[in-house]
Amino acid sequence: MSPRLPTPTATLVRTLRQGVAGLDPVTRDRLHATLAAKAATAGLLDVAYRTVDSPLGSLLLATTEVGLVRVAFAVEGHDDVLGRLAADVSPRILAAPQRLDDAARQLDDYFARRRRHFDLPIDLRLAHGFRRTVLEHLPDIPYGSTASYAAVAGASGNPAAVRAAASACSHNPLPLVVPCHRVVRSDGSIGNYLAGTAAKQALLDLEAAA
Amino acid sequence: MAQRPFEQIVAEHGEVVMRVCRALLGAADAEDAWSETFLAALRRYPELPPGSNVKGWLVTIAHNKSIDLLRARARRAVPAGELPERLGAPATDPVDDLRPGGDLHRAVERLAPRQRAAVVYRYLADLPYAEIAELLESTPAAARRSAADGIANLRATYQKESP
Repeated sequence: MSPRLPTPTATLVRTLRQGVAGLDPVTRDRLHATLAAKAATAGLLDVAYRTVDSPLGSLLLATTEVGLVRVAFAVEGHDDVLGRLAADVSPRILAAPQRLDDAARQLDDYFARRRRHFDLPIDLRLAHGFRRTVLEHLPDIPYGSTASYAAVAGASGNPAAVRAAASACSHNPLPLVVPCHRVVRSDGSIGNYLAGTAAKQALLDLEAAA
Repeated sequence: MAQRPFEQIVAEHGEVVMRVCRALLGAADAEDAWSETFLAALRRYPELPPGSNVKGWLVTIAHNKSIDLLRARARRAVPAGELPERLGAPATDPVDDLRPGGDLHRAVERLAPRQRAAVVYRYLADLPYAEIAELLESTPAAARRSAADGIANLRATYQKESP
């Protein structure tokens, strides 16, 4: 038997790294779910989120312990939205899909015309002052109908604040669930929408056909 | 600058924390240590100063959680026994026999505690010796020596056991 050469450190380290396994995807998902559940129990999960597919593309749903706090279209950049949630609400953010099962199911039903009204706890902490007042009044616009920005401003207690009402709609943190898509211009034209006017028209058509 | 969402921290460092926990504890307790580490990190995360070395912070937490788990294990095994002052000997794990490098893993477990910790933090967590020295309450030079001694011992054991 010939004498062996010493194993180089690099080889040892490589073998060691192979031997001490990291995280395979199945284990990682299982541990992540356990972590999210423990965090929720310990009151440490300030923001839970998931994404869902929809006819308007991928939607990010985020909830606090109070209720649904954010619905975001893909065009907003889901990572950017999560980054702003970390700054504005809390960095204690984890993906926790089961916490948003109910919201996901209700959105599914809405897009399938099985649901006309969302029955979800919501958290409007991302909207302040008059903007928040406007958003609180939007669910009063019935499914399938529209209201003008001027009418919304009036219903919110400040008929002159038409531009502020429009601004409240365009900064709505909970589109779809808080129905800013039902607010249109006084001249009957559709007005802007974060996900695009085509998306807004599609939502109005969906509700009109039901 | 605001903290990044904690989800990103788990995605980025979940792997290295698991390697550290497995190497220090064996597979049986590693998952508990991983969960405990990230739960403790989540609790303290909002107070972590911006720009902190997140990996070093997490490995420090994993180090402390591993010591806690080893103490709990020692209490279970020998109710009246002395608590290990530092990282003790992890239980051997039959699963490791099935993995490439499994023998080497067992050799790591037989290292003296400081050598094992130094090898794990240097070569599995890629921490610099300055940070390892803090974890081991030692100096960077001593940490470097512990890692070098650990590698030398591993080489000796590994050469002897390899077919």
